[in-house]
Amino acid sequence: MGKTMSSNAFTPGVVPARLDGDDYAAQFSDLHPRLDAHEALVAADRCYFCHDAPCITACPTDIDIPLFIRQIATGTPDAAAKTILSQNIMGGMCARVCPTEQLCEEACVREAAEGKPVLIGQLQRYATDHLQEQGIHPFSRAAATGKTVAVVGAGPAGLSCAHRLAMLGHDVVVYDARPKAGGLNEYGIATYKTVDGYAQSEVDWLLQIGGIEIRTDVALGSGVSLAQLRKDHDAVFLGIGLGGVNAMDVSGADKSGVLDAVDFIADLRQASDVAQVPVGRDVVVIGGGMTAIDAAVQAKLLGALNVTLVYRRGRDRMNASVFEQDLAASRGVRIVTHAVPSAVIGNGAVREIEFDYVRDDMTPTGDTLRLAADQVFKAIGQTLVGEELPALDGRKIKVSGAGRTSLEHVWAGGDCASGGDDLTVTAVAEGRDAAMDIHQALTGATA
Amino acid sequence: MADLTSDFVGIKSPNPFWLASAPPTDKEYNVRRAFDAGWGGVVWKTLGLDPHVVNVNGPRYGAIYGADRRLLGLNNIELITDRPLQTNLDEIKVVKRDYPDRAMIVSLMVPCEEEPWKFILPKVEETGADGVELNFGCPHGMSERGMGSAVGQVPEYIEMVTRWVKANTRMPVIVKLTPNITDIRKPAEAALKGGADAVSLINTINSITSVDLDLFAPEPTIDGKGAHGGYCGPAVKPIALNMVAEIARTPDLGQIPISGIGGITTWRDAAEFMALGAGNVQVCTAAMTYGFKIVQEMISGLSDYMDSKGLTSVDQIVGRAVPNVTDWQHLNLNYVAKAKINQDLCISCGRCFAACEDTSHQAIAMSEDRAFTVIDDECVACNLCVNVCPVEDCITMEAMTPGMVDPRTGKVVEPEYANWTTHPNNPAAKAAE
Repeated sequence: MGKTMSSNAFTPGVVPARLDGDDYAAQFSDLHPRLDAHEALVAADRCYFCHDAPCITACPTDIDIPLFIRQIATGTPDAAAKTILSQNIMGGMCARVCPTEQLCEEACVREAAEGKPVLIGQLQRYATDHLQEQGIHPFSRAAATGKTVAVVGAGPAGLSCAHRLAMLGHDVVVYDARPKAGGLNEYGIATYKTVDGYAQSEVDWLLQIGGIEIRTDVALGSGVSLAQLRKDHDAVFLGIGLGGVNAMDVSGADKSGVLDAVDFIADLRQASDVAQVPVGRDVVVIGGGMTAIDAAVQAKLLGALNVTLVYRRGRDRMNASVFEQDLAASRGVRIVTHAVPSAVIGNGAVREIEFDYVRDDMTPTGDTLRLAADQVFKAIGQTLVGEELPALDGRKIKVSGAGRTSLEHVWAGGDCASGGDDLTVTAVAEGRDAAMDIHQALTGATA
Repeated sequence: MADLTSDFVGIKSPNPFWLASAPPTDKEYNVRRAFDAGWGGVVWKTLGLDPHVVNVNGPRYGAIYGADRRLLGLNNIELITDRPLQTNLDEIKVVKRDYPDRAMIVSLMVPCEEEPWKFILPKVEETGADGVELNFGCPHGMSERGMGSAVGQVPEYIEMVTRWVKANTRMPVIVKLTPNITDIRKPAEAALKGGADAVSLINTINSITSVDLDLFAPEPTIDGKGAHGGYCGPAVKPIALNMVAEIARTPDLGQIPISGIGGITTWRDAAEFMALGAGNVQVCTAAMTYGFKIVQEMISGLSDYMDSKGLTSVDQIVGRAVPNVTDWQHLNLNYVAKAKINQDLCISCGRCFAACEDTSHQAIAMSEDRAFTVIDDECVACNLCVNVCPVEDCITMEAMTPGMVDPRTGKVVEPEYANWTTHPNNPAAKAAE
């Protein structure tokens, strides 16, 4: 009857290997397996090739979606990939992680017509995979300008900026605090959204442009200073993301077992064997964004018996899209809304966590909720960290125009910069546009 | 359920849906399956003299696709039956014996001399078949040997052979016409003169479906070469409808019965052919695409349509649209319509705008928030917006009421009918009496 293994879903505490070894591959397989050629043609046939298409307007990188879909439909997926990548050099990752249901696919007229948009994201992946798996890099560098630019942060914003700068003939040095380039693509996204090491493959593919040097394990204030970078380079682009996490200000928040969701997600991405990542039997995730969903779903996939996601407002206010919420629900995550943590209870390690129910205006209703918890993941937002940064706007670097900061010859983009959603695709757009502005500033060229 | 029984030149069938002479009616096995599925009749694939012909051993068909690989057009280079004459005759006889209520027509193609016809016709009569169809239509292969469309393209040959056939059989004779001519009325007239009981049309259209851009050879490709084939399927329906109508509306053709053929895929297609004068219809490509079962939809659809219209027999459909087929010069130039976009149905794809703005009359306005509206001052009611709109009935053509002013021309819409023949811009206009 009983398994002979040491642990299963019912094992108390935070333990690895709750599942049979073979189950992990299925649990963490591709969320949307790639369309095959036939599926891609069927999906592409549904595009109406709209005039001044709303999907283009909805895309932060302005990809000409009807054109690339028509190129797929007519049997030229590599041309489609070039259409995509010329606007969005990380079109492959965006195809996997974009909340398309809130962007291009929400705007698709077939969403209005029949509630079934063209599968833009999956078609984009079909095209970009087709090109990248052949090792083709369709862009080349312009004549050298003799200018050098420092890019801090090898995430979507930084790499997008670096690629565009390299293409325009500048030499780029990219610094990153982590051991690998990729930023959140490498460390901050659920495993099932980017399988088979795609994040690193994409970085390798992107670097084929040449002229980009990556220096890892270097952060602002730790190995390099902004002042030095400004001295050594003609321009600096900051794409440093949000390196810190918000603290949870409740009693007992320091008990063991209370962790940052971003670390759990990163551990899963970096694990050579996800079975060895320990997970609680009763897991509680606090937050309502993509990070909360990614942590909650993956805790469930690792075999946790109970996973509860608790958010302080209503579902309609969650940053996670309806698709993501439904994904979590379909994987067995319980979603509790209108509850804020009031105390973490336990003797050294967390055993329970208590919440106050609140109204929309955050006033307590007087009701409380107590959940068993041997693991609590905080996903209540990230914060900007760094020294001698340009002037801030609230909690982010203040930018105007295409990422210009308060410091001369310093640009910023991505999550660390003010304005725009904290999305991969937005970061790519901001990095690209800053690169164009840097190019203009350094050369006087307008394009 | 409406009575779908059909009497076409004395040949009775339980419904007006026959399978055309083609691969689906090549042999006993298929025809039994067709009759079991509900087809009213078949035209047995064309018989010829022994030694029987041979077919190529490579691809016989090429296709044109619409969205989602929906087959819209089919091209074929298959010849007439490639089995011995007696084999076919034996099979026809037993099938007719087992399905006495179904129409059994035998398609024939023999050399353009009287003797072969005298030879083959009694053999067909002996099977108990209900009639013969003379294949003057096949545009490929057989035409190179002086048969098929090589006969159908010369009205004198049509008349001559039809006369021979009528002289040598008591069976009703249907002459199948090729569309590969300039005026379909000429071969129809020749058939009539020769004594034909009916014409059937259209046979397939000369075609090359596509070109292999690696081999630089037409498709279907046989060892690097391709020959033109015969085109059929939904794509040819408009051509066939026009040819059927041209014959039906020509008084000199004496209302010769017509068996309509050409891309008929649904009950609606069949009803349209019949409305334009076809007494019954023949189907091939739809069966080759979807199998014989489609006849069930054709039967239920036509029946429901007739019930909804209060029609009790298929004859009541036949020819009903013919009086409304006219010449351009007789169209009412005082009829004025304007496009109207239903904002509730509009999904804001903007295709109407792109079509009108780029290629037509700049008569559609687009607002900041993607609302599309018709500019009546510019709209000539060309219908292109209706045609490119992906949402059915979202854009409609609304007739203006006489007495209103057309904002495009500034003229009052006149209630009277007036056509080109009397228009002042027509140099040949007759003076108003």
